[in-house]
Amino acid sequence: MKRLLPAFLLMLGPCTATPALAQQEKSTAAFAYRQLDDAAKEQEARALMETLRCLQCQGQSIADSDAPIAGSMRSLVRERIAAGEKPEAIRAWLIERYGDYVSYAPQFTRLTWPLFAIPLVLVGLAALLLRGRFRRGGGR
Amino acid sequence: MTAELGLAALWLAAALAGLQLLAGALALTDRGAMLAGIVRPVAVVQGVLALVAFLALIAVFADTDLSVKLVAMNSHSLKPMIFKIAGAWGNHEGSMLLWVTVMGMAGGVVALIERRLPEPAMLATLAGQAFVSLGFYAFLLIASNPFERLSPVPEEGNGLNPLLQDLGLAFHPPTLYLGYVGLSVAFSFAIGALVTRQVGPAFARAMRPWVLGAWIFLTLGITAGSYWAYYELGWGGWWFWDPVENASLMPWLAATALLHSVSVLASRDALRAWTVMLGVVAFSMSMIGTFLVRSGILTSVHAFAVDPQRGSFILALLAINIGGALTLFALRAGTVSEGERFMPVSREGALVFNNVMLSAILGIVLFGTLYPLVAEAMGAKVSVGPPYFNPMGALFAVPMLVVLAVGPLLRWRRDRFSRVRRLLVIPAMLVGTGVIAMVALGGVALLPTLGFALALGLGWASVLPLKGRNLRRTPLPIWGMVVAHFGIAVSLLGMSCESAFSIEKLVAVKMGDATGVGPWQVKLDAVEPMAGPNWTALEARLLVRYGDHGKVMQLDPQSRSFWAPPQQTSESALLTRWNGQLYAVLGGEADDGRWQLRLWWKPFVPLIWLGGLLIALGGVLALFGRVASDLRRIFAREKIAYRRGRIAQLESSRE
Repeated sequence: MKRLLPAFLLMLGPCTATPALAQQEKSTAAFAYRQLDDAAKEQEARALMETLRCLQCQGQSIADSDAPIAGSMRSLVRERIAAGEKPEAIRAWLIERYGDYVSYAPQFTRLTWPLFAIPLVLVGLAALLLRGRFRRGGGR
Repeated sequence: MTAELGLAALWLAAALAGLQLLAGALALTDRGAMLAGIVRPVAVVQGVLALVAFLALIAVFADTDLSVKLVAMNSHSLKPMIFKIAGAWGNHEGSMLLWVTVMGMAGGVVALIERRLPEPAMLATLAGQAFVSLGFYAFLLIASNPFERLSPVPEEGNGLNPLLQDLGLAFHPPTLYLGYVGLSVAFSFAIGALVTRQVGPAFARAMRPWVLGAWIFLTLGITAGSYWAYYELGWGGWWFWDPVENASLMPWLAATALLHSVSVLASRDALRAWTVMLGVVAFSMSMIGTFLVRSGILTSVHAFAVDPQRGSFILALLAINIGGALTLFALRAGTVSEGERFMPVSREGALVFNNVMLSAILGIVLFGTLYPLVAEAMGAKVSVGPPYFNPMGALFAVPMLVVLAVGPLLRWRRDRFSRVRRLLVIPAMLVGTGVIAMVALGGVALLPTLGFALALGLGWASVLPLKGRNLRRTPLPIWGMVVAHFGIAVSLLGMSCESAFSIEKLVAVKMGDATGVGPWQVKLDAVEPMAGPNWTALEARLLVRYGDHGKVMQLDPQSRSFWAPPQQTSESALLTRWNGQLYAVLGGEADDGRWQLRLWWKPFVPLIWLGGLLIALGGVLALFGRVASDLRRIFAREKIAYRRGRIAQLESSRE
């Protein structure tokens, strides 16, 4: 993993910067680099792809990655959308297969509930802080 | 030899930091008062020695001295000179050396020029700065010595990741580091003020230029990093909510809040405790950012656990510095009074509201960045990305933007909303029009719609503070505020348009064939081999035309193969018009001789970074204004002293 360390923003780039040998094995899946003809369906697929994580790289969605597996996943997403499947069903299928890691949209589970609790806590804290401040401050 | 010189300078600098800490702390007591005189000179020399060490590192990189391990690991004799030099800080050890160098020099500058604070507060500040530096010196010397030799000497170096062989990125990390370290000065001032119980306008005025400077660099660093990711990664994205990006965003959010609160403290003597707290938080975020990026924990919690030395070291520094500062804050918070009071509807009230909103966004980003690490430690891998950060951030960003439009129009201390209502009619109408326009277009998601509408309203509202002023005599800091706020509107407009109107086209085309993306016609004219200093490439020649009657222009995207180390990158080609950017990437060759092209038409996307630059420019104007008025005050004081002296002289001669 040494290639991930050397510089500041490198984490953004490991997938576009995989060694040449691996790079040449670009995905040959049918829809890896081909859009759907139906613009509305393509847009739907694109939106879903942007929220799915490339399994090979560090921090890129499958919509932004040259890794072979990302290409295969793009193809899979496009084919299923073309077949009329709903995006959330495809996401659920992928999560079942690859785990929560694959989805950039965290699901509400026993493990991830704090992620959804924290905004509420912050709203509460903010309200409390502001109220305290202004009540004391407004006294005069 | 150069390497040893650098190492010696580094050790000496560390020793002086120790001396600076001891002398500064002892000088605060009655018995050690005689040590007070040496603290400032020691701070200056420490900064100079750190600079010597850093220059030595640049020198060994410049002549590719492969007997130095760091050079052998990260450089290559065939690299262009500019990237050899930039390579000095494009790695862990070098970047940490850059960190202590900037920190040492900043301490030296503070010691040289800052004379406004009472001397005890100054001593405590410099001791605090030395304390933080000392931790980083120890980290360098014990866990990441940049000057370590290698035996036997290898024939050739490993090279630098090609993605990093880019001018933008060569100067991106130093820019961010200048920001991080500027916040360390703010932190030290906060510590100094807490220790000596001197939290007041004088402290805020001393701290303000450093916060402003740090904030300008952070703004530029984030803007440059985002643009780099946009054109270098070749997929047209400009912000990924990647932990490394978040690591630079968090200090910026805290610094933005600090910047506003320190201004209130300087001019209104309000928000004392809050400013000190933000000073501590801002630097803590810098350290957390450094920890995240430098410890390897982002790659995987397990990678961190396997080689935990560096990570643990930074974590310990983090705990000592942040824990210590917070403890000090808790001990002293009771003695720091709130300062002047104000009503909710007032300039201060709006500032406090937005400070709280910024802190909440910071909380979201921090939590969303760290939670996957926590989850992984508990044995489950989860990802938190744009679908989480965008709506959760917007929850606080939208009210913040509304208040941002109104706040600068309010008076200090106490105001009535009805006084400014008439001014806000046009911005409110613009927001309404924006929403209606986007809904009428159809198919635009909620956040881009809101962003677009708010950007229009904020753009108008942000220049209203200039209304009724004589523009020539408007103080620079006011101009700074207006320009920076307008920059936020510009950037927001760019983000919303990019998100709402981008058109993507992935095609495979035969030589001589044409395709279209948005209003553009794109024809593949040729694909030819090219050679650079340490790469070869295939370069496509695309002939592009805007609309039916536009001029034919040429775009040359490349697919590059570097050989040291062997890697492929795509060099995107961009064509900028006033209303957007055409973005082209050359992919691979298909079996039937056709070439893969990725094309995007991104309306108004350059506004994102133009806005970022405007925000930074606003900071520069404010900084100039503040420094100029400080200088004027100093000159005036000297003039008065001189005149008094003359008068005394004349009077005594008359007698």
